[in-house]
Amino acid sequence: MSQLAKDMTPSITWKEMTMGCNIYEGGTSEMVETGDWRTNKPVLDWDKCKQCLLCAPVCPDLSIPVGKDGKREDFNYFFCKGCGICANVCPFGAITMVKDEK
Amino acid sequence: MSYSLKENLMKEERLAGGHRMCAGCGSPIAVRTILRALEPEDKAVVCSATSCLEVSTFMYPYTSWKGSFIHNAFENAAATISGVETAYRALKKQGKIDDSYKFIAFGGDGGTYDIGFQSLSGAMERGHDMVYVCYDNEAYMNTGIQRSSSTPHFADTTTTPAGKVIPGKMQQKKNLTKIMVAHGIPYAAQTTFIGNFKDISEKAHKAIYTPGAAFLNVMAPCPRGWRYPSEKLMEITKLAVETCVWPLYEVFEGKYTLNYRPKEKKPVVEYLKTQGRFAHMFKPGNEWMIEEVQKEVDRNWEDLLKLSEL
Amino acid sequence: MGIRERLSGNEAVAYAMKQINPDVMGAYPITPSTEIPQYFSAYVDNGEVDTEFIAVESEHSAMSTCIGAQAAGARAISATSSCGLCYMTEMLYVAASDRLPITLAVSCRALSGPININNDHSDAMGVRDTGWLMLFAENNQEAYDNYLQAMRIGEAVSLPIMICQDGFITSHAIENIELVETEKVKEFVGKYEPQHFLLKKDEPMSVGAYATSVYYMEAKRQQAQAMIDAKEVIKKVGAEFGKITGRTYGLIETYEMEDAEEAILIIGSSAGTAKEAIQELRAQNKKVGLIKIRSFRPFPSEEIAEALKHVKAFAAMDKDDSFNAHCGPIYAETCAALYAAGIHEPKGINYIYGLGGRDVRVESIQHVFAELEKIVQTGDTGETYRYLEVRE
Repeated sequence: MSQLAKDMTPSITWKEMTMGCNIYEGGTSEMVETGDWRTNKPVLDWDKCKQCLLCAPVCPDLSIPVGKDGKREDFNYFFCKGCGICANVCPFGAITMVKDEK
Repeated sequence: MSYSLKENLMKEERLAGGHRMCAGCGSPIAVRTILRALEPEDKAVVCSATSCLEVSTFMYPYTSWKGSFIHNAFENAAATISGVETAYRALKKQGKIDDSYKFIAFGGDGGTYDIGFQSLSGAMERGHDMVYVCYDNEAYMNTGIQRSSSTPHFADTTTTPAGKVIPGKMQQKKNLTKIMVAHGIPYAAQTTFIGNFKDISEKAHKAIYTPGAAFLNVMAPCPRGWRYPSEKLMEITKLAVETCVWPLYEVFEGKYTLNYRPKEKKPVVEYLKTQGRFAHMFKPGNEWMIEEVQKEVDRNWEDLLKLSEL
Repeated sequence: MGIRERLSGNEAVAYAMKQINPDVMGAYPITPSTEIPQYFSAYVDNGEVDTEFIAVESEHSAMSTCIGAQAAGARAISATSSCGLCYMTEMLYVAASDRLPITLAVSCRALSGPININNDHSDAMGVRDTGWLMLFAENNQEAYDNYLQAMRIGEAVSLPIMICQDGFITSHAIENIELVETEKVKEFVGKYEPQHFLLKKDEPMSVGAYATSVYYMEAKRQQAQAMIDAKEVIKKVGAEFGKITGRTYGLIETYEMEDAEEAILIIGSSAGTAKEAIQELRAQNKKVGLIKIRSFRPFPSEEIAEALKHVKAFAAMDKDDSFNAHCGPIYAETCAALYAAGIHEPKGINYIYGLGGRDVRVESIQHVFAELEKIVQTGDTGETYRYLEVRE
């Protein structure tokens, strides 16, 4: 019987649920999209970005990944809730908040 | 080793996305930063008190914790993690575990300054090899912005509404960091999010790697409760530090060190005016409230200066 | 054969703990269970056990540390009484719902107020719905024997277990006792090898979820099944224990019930008094008997119904009161057991007795049997909710 979080669906029976609502994997919330909470979204102007990385630690939603090369990558819009902290801290005006048309 | 933001960010993130904290919340910023202070070879068991953080990071079957995590109740994160830490020592002694683990508990100010205070005091006094982190957002945000003993003087909360007779919370904020210092623990510090996160990152590393019990008090603003636009978080933490409302300091084996001294201490009004919870203090006739807060901040700052010069 | 000793109930339990050598104990002093962590700390400080002892600042933290430790993969134990058990109640629910087989020794004592340090069952009965397994002992020997069986039972069904004895009456009274050799204890109890735990190599685990209404009820149903399954486990472990010691245990013990027409149901040390009362009445050719409930959680409903089906009248003896203007818990659950089994013949009354250390004498129990005899003779049950040995 699966003990994976992905199989603990809302239709699961009590016999199939993991014991005591425990989960035996890390980071299963990565299956959850929180990007749909967003009204505004950050957009990065790659030409203006100096890779100072000040935007990366301020993100509450792990939406500004930094790669193995030490450079920030594009926003992870699956998680980004559009709080705008990153745009506000960017010293170079490289991040703009725009209305998220979905 | 000198601090590098780039190197810090290249470390593994131990908090996962997909958590349900509000947009712009300070708490997950604190959590992910503190967990990045762990050395890659170390594992950690994290405990969270019941709080916004807890209900948002482990809603069955979705956990945002990449390593092992335990939530127990509101008032006992310190006791719970002390049990985990003790089990680790017991099992390690018996040769049942070969991994190296660190133990970190998170609680909001309600779960730390108030209901979890006894449990925290007990764990600190017993000296478990653990770090207790208070993410201090100065009220019970999870239940809807009620005052805690950490709520600042005059703040408008849902249980201290700025009324016609009583204008907000009538008591000063409890100084928990100093109380923790009084436990004689090897390391206690107060920090928040500033610039390149050097202050909080270095303190987190010291807290984790100083043997014994350590306490970190992290100001973690709540845009809903404090009533400011979510993007302003870093402006607010900066003002808290520049006005000396939230000084950055650490106490290592009883010795106070002030980590940042503003060139020019800003008036507290600069900080107060950024947040809706203080809006009533700016009404005509309420000038005395601002004056009083300024006096309190000055007094605490002077105390801290004296302590750091000892 | 075992080792003959003379020990108080508290010391017997502490000695069982020492023989088992668990990983972590988190405990806080409270009368009358204080001696248990006291004895145990001496074992720890003299290097007689490997256990890490956490001298916590409250019972709430005692149970919180046990939850943390057991979830981390350790065997965790504690001991408490009375208000201490009350104070950890919130955590008792969590321990059960997290499915952590923690073992808690309880030396039962009355609850405040008024403050009283003597025995009754208000503390244990107050936490009867927390999801813990609960075994009660009549004497020191049973307290010791139950403790040795506790981990086998709890760990088999992933539920925490309370081993209850009567404060002072057995906890402090020194009695002859037969101890099991430590090697045999270790073999019987076995090692704790949980499938999942926080410190497991290469498997991160999250414990203590927020379960929405989509999952909460399924989680509770799962927990209920563990309690149902525990009935067979208790019997199996009790039988196995009998093979190595000659002392076999079940969910209930019946005494002179084969032809009994009047019976009492009782928990704990007063069963001993009841046995003596019954011997005297039997000598007068009275057909009286006793059902001693060893396992209150799970509640042995079928066994009790079976034992009561031929009696004419019974008295359920509650050493606490539910303050429902109606009855105590043993009466309520016994009546429900009979009703569920379709047994409607026996007339039943309830006695609230022994509160706050009120003495229960042989004559007290004989008075109860005299009342039952009257009910049988007259066919009139009268008041069912009664207090025993209270000044009117």
